[in-house]
Amino acid sequence: MTAAAAIAGLGITEMGKVYGRTATDFAGEAIALALDDAGLTKQDVDGLLVNANLSPEMSPTLQFSLGFEDLTLMNAMSAYGSTPATMLQYAAYAISTGQAHVVACLYADAPLSQGGSISQSAYSGKSIAAEGMSGLRFAYGDYGPANTTYALALRRHMHLFGTNHDQLGQIAVGQRRWAQMNPHAQMQKPMTIEDYHASRWIIEPLHLFDCCLVSNGAVAVVVTSAEHARSLRQPPVYLRGFGQCAPGDNARAGREPAVYTGATTSGPRALAEAGIGLEDVDVLEIYDCYTYTVLVSLEDYGFCEKGEGGAFVSDGKLGPGGSLPTNTGGGQLSSYYMWGFTPLSEGVIQARGQAGERQVPKHDHVLVSGNGGTLNYHSTTILSKHEG
Amino acid sequence: MTTATEPEGAVRPAKPVPVPDEASRPFFDGALEGKLMILRCRSCGTWMSPTGGIGTPIRPRCVQCFSGDLEWAAASGRATLYSFALMHQLYDEAFADEIPYNLSVVELEEGVRLTTQIVGVPNERLEIGMSLQVVFERMSEDVAVPKFEARS
Repeated sequence: MTAAAAIAGLGITEMGKVYGRTATDFAGEAIALALDDAGLTKQDVDGLLVNANLSPEMSPTLQFSLGFEDLTLMNAMSAYGSTPATMLQYAAYAISTGQAHVVACLYADAPLSQGGSISQSAYSGKSIAAEGMSGLRFAYGDYGPANTTYALALRRHMHLFGTNHDQLGQIAVGQRRWAQMNPHAQMQKPMTIEDYHASRWIIEPLHLFDCCLVSNGAVAVVVTSAEHARSLRQPPVYLRGFGQCAPGDNARAGREPAVYTGATTSGPRALAEAGIGLEDVDVLEIYDCYTYTVLVSLEDYGFCEKGEGGAFVSDGKLGPGGSLPTNTGGGQLSSYYMWGFTPLSEGVIQARGQAGERQVPKHDHVLVSGNGGTLNYHSTTILSKHEG
Repeated sequence: MTTATEPEGAVRPAKPVPVPDEASRPFFDGALEGKLMILRCRSCGTWMSPTGGIGTPIRPRCVQCFSGDLEWAAASGRATLYSFALMHQLYDEAFADEIPYNLSVVELEEGVRLTTQIVGVPNERLEIGMSLQVVFERMSEDVAVPKFEARS
């Protein structure tokens, strides 16, 4: 389809162990950067969509803190790491019907504090009330963010398909090589496959280097009509296609929610809406809370057969110089952890052709994959430098 | 039923004991009697896990037919191992001596999957598909939690 809307502005703050600032402060800076990037001002904004997350500040009340008035599109949206596509989709629909004209979409968080540890932060899971059935979790020693459920999912994939750590390690090593070319990335130190294997177990079969970072910071994008975007400062990144799928999990025999994602549905939908095929995708930005998430998403988009993700990635094709450039900024494993805004932000940079030494030469179409829960929510966005 | 006994004067902090609430009372009452209570639909007979996952309330409706007529019923307690993971990260000192310890998903004979722990099986002997049987570990005077052991 011909895109109705485009991303006209992108703002990325400092990332990582940046202490002493609130999520709201990062949020304001990211929006200011994105508006400046587009050549717009706060007065142009009539829509604000906030990616709800573990920070209580990421709520509709952000309109007060940041001083917005008379917004005609305002919401805090939550489908975990799959949220950005749902926000962009909503923004694009609102823009196409004239309900809003300039929509800021935002992710911000500040879970890290000086001297604190991640295992004692909001990501420890300890904030969840222990009353009733939920208390069982702690009685079993099941702490942490989603580490346990992803470790269980990965073990299941290994059991069914023989996936191994040599293969998963290629994902981690490839993304680190990308990160070393990304000035925004937290992790600049080289990583070898030996380093990967030697990294400590968090929860077996997840090594430390299978797991994403945790970051303080914010990312914002500004969405406007395709026509308006063409009159602004940056090359428009057209929003060509969207797809969502939440497979859920009823914890019942007969389904394998641990090894199938909603990409099986959201991928074909987004590609059909964009009017392109999988073979037309030049750059992949795949939600990577863990190495495994990348592997299983590749399978479900159809880049390889189900169960063959391990063999598929083992030649390093996802890394710099490979045949399928993936997570070209380092992803959440090595650049910064802004949930679905990590793959989205790098997708925008690549589609514009502004990625510097890590720029993928052909960047007509970028597939951005969002994932939430333990493969329970999925979204796909097709970004393009062509309107249609 | 196995009973965890802490040596007198042990310095290790106690593991967090679940606090039954009104809605989960049948589950915890059953556990004290050695019964693994899960949900069953009175309308279509479908068995279900009691909740939709961590931090969510007891299910109000059948996941199959959407009937609101659910009952607590005792499962057989027989299961197979669906997947397992070994926790190496220390979040709580109460678990310090057990690292690495397993966190497992079992699939009950009734077709329902539960997250739990396997007991009495060394980590290196855990194997997906192995046959299991529920046991109950007493954590306090009025709370016991289900775990699973190998079944021959």
